[in-house]
Amino acid sequence: MSKNKELKVNAIKNGTVIDHIPADHLFMVISILNLDVIPNQITFGANLESHRMGQKAIIKVTDKFFEDDEINKISLVAPQAKLNIIRDYEVVEKRVVVIPDKIIGIVKCFNPKCITNHEPIITKFALHDKDNVALKCQYCEKITTQEHITII
Amino acid sequence: MKNKSLVSITDFTKEEILEIIELAADFEANPNQRLLDGKVVASLFFEPSTRTRLSFETAINRLGGRVIGFTDASSSSTTKGETLKDTTKMVSNYADLIVMRHPLEGSARYASEQSRVPIINAGDGANQHPTQTLLDLYSIKKTQGTLDNLNIFMVGDLKYGRTVHSLLMAMSHFNPVFYFISPDELKMPQEYKWFLREKGIEYFEHREFSEIIEQADILYMTRVQKERFADPIEYEKVKNAYVLRNHMLSNTRDNLKILHPLPRVNEIHTDVDTNPKAYYFEQAENGVYARMAIMASILGVK
Repeated sequence: MSKNKELKVNAIKNGTVIDHIPADHLFMVISILNLDVIPNQITFGANLESHRMGQKAIIKVTDKFFEDDEINKISLVAPQAKLNIIRDYEVVEKRVVVIPDKIIGIVKCFNPKCITNHEPIITKFALHDKDNVALKCQYCEKITTQEHITII
Repeated sequence: MKNKSLVSITDFTKEEILEIIELAADFEANPNQRLLDGKVVASLFFEPSTRTRLSFETAINRLGGRVIGFTDASSSSTTKGETLKDTTKMVSNYADLIVMRHPLEGSARYASEQSRVPIINAGDGANQHPTQTLLDLYSIKKTQGTLDNLNIFMVGDLKYGRTVHSLLMAMSHFNPVFYFISPDELKMPQEYKWFLREKGIEYFEHREFSEIIEQADILYMTRVQKERFADPIEYEKVKNAYVLRNHMLSNTRDNLKILHPLPRVNEIHTDVDTNPKAYYFEQAENGVYARMAIMASILGVK
């Protein structure tokens, strides 16, 4: 009952709802998707109760439909995120995010001796291990594992 | 291989590696060939390295090319705050080929993206040193007559030693059996063992030399550095276990050769030097021929 009420309050006519974002990664997701600089109407909820995650965050963006390349960027910080595509108040499509094979300009290389940490260089990683989210730097060739991932 | 940068040993296929080794043998048989006449090679050493720089410059001179460059960062614009990008872009307008040594990892890959001419990585921090690997392979081929099905022993610092990592990757084309001999603190990293398992290559790990070295075709020695140990007592405990002495070689195979990327400190006792199985000084000489082969093929003159 309360869930329905929440949906009504926040319902959007057209756009995208990004659900199941880890509560402490909400602002990272906003920043990765550049939602802080676009003119669209955005509502978000932080620290909401979730059966699966304990606490979660949700973002609703009006009149915005993400391309796969764009939305998959958040997979590193919100691997369980679910997308609901809304048209005329109805969910017309549900999508999950997948970690892309190449990760460009999002993650910092954790190797302090990597050239990318000394000159203004756009970082590039190849997905080395999908299950454990390990990224291989295309420059220093070192592996950055999930616990060391820092978003630029 | 024409116009292709050599940043990492994995940039070259098995066929390309074999081609370089064959070419190196040609250059050894006939070392003075003016194939680089009229070519300018930039030798950019952002940190000093005697052996690598001199062997590259010898190789360029034997091929009749001209060298420009600097021997450490203090004599370059880096001290004025110039970025690697700007230095690379500028030098690539002057030279036909850039040989680069840099203390930061990934610098050579980055330079290869910025440069109009091919880059040869002469060492980027602890990451890659592919010309060392090619000269190691040439040394193995020359002394064993083959690269296939050999027992390769790697001894010492297998954790941080970039030469052993690159050699492992390159040798994996040739169905070897690896024996890793190191203290626990300096064991071969997991990612390389995964790589071998994926390729179905057999390897064994040991904590010390023992009679197993009688199985060796190649003994690749590296330096165990004190500063790699968190606890200096641990270093004192293990330091003598990885020193090779002449008497240890008495029952080894006739074809065994001892390699070392140099500089050596004390991990090979000087009493080994006169043993015909000691090969590290010849190995360093092979570096000139291997580098002649690499430069000639990248510049497309051979």
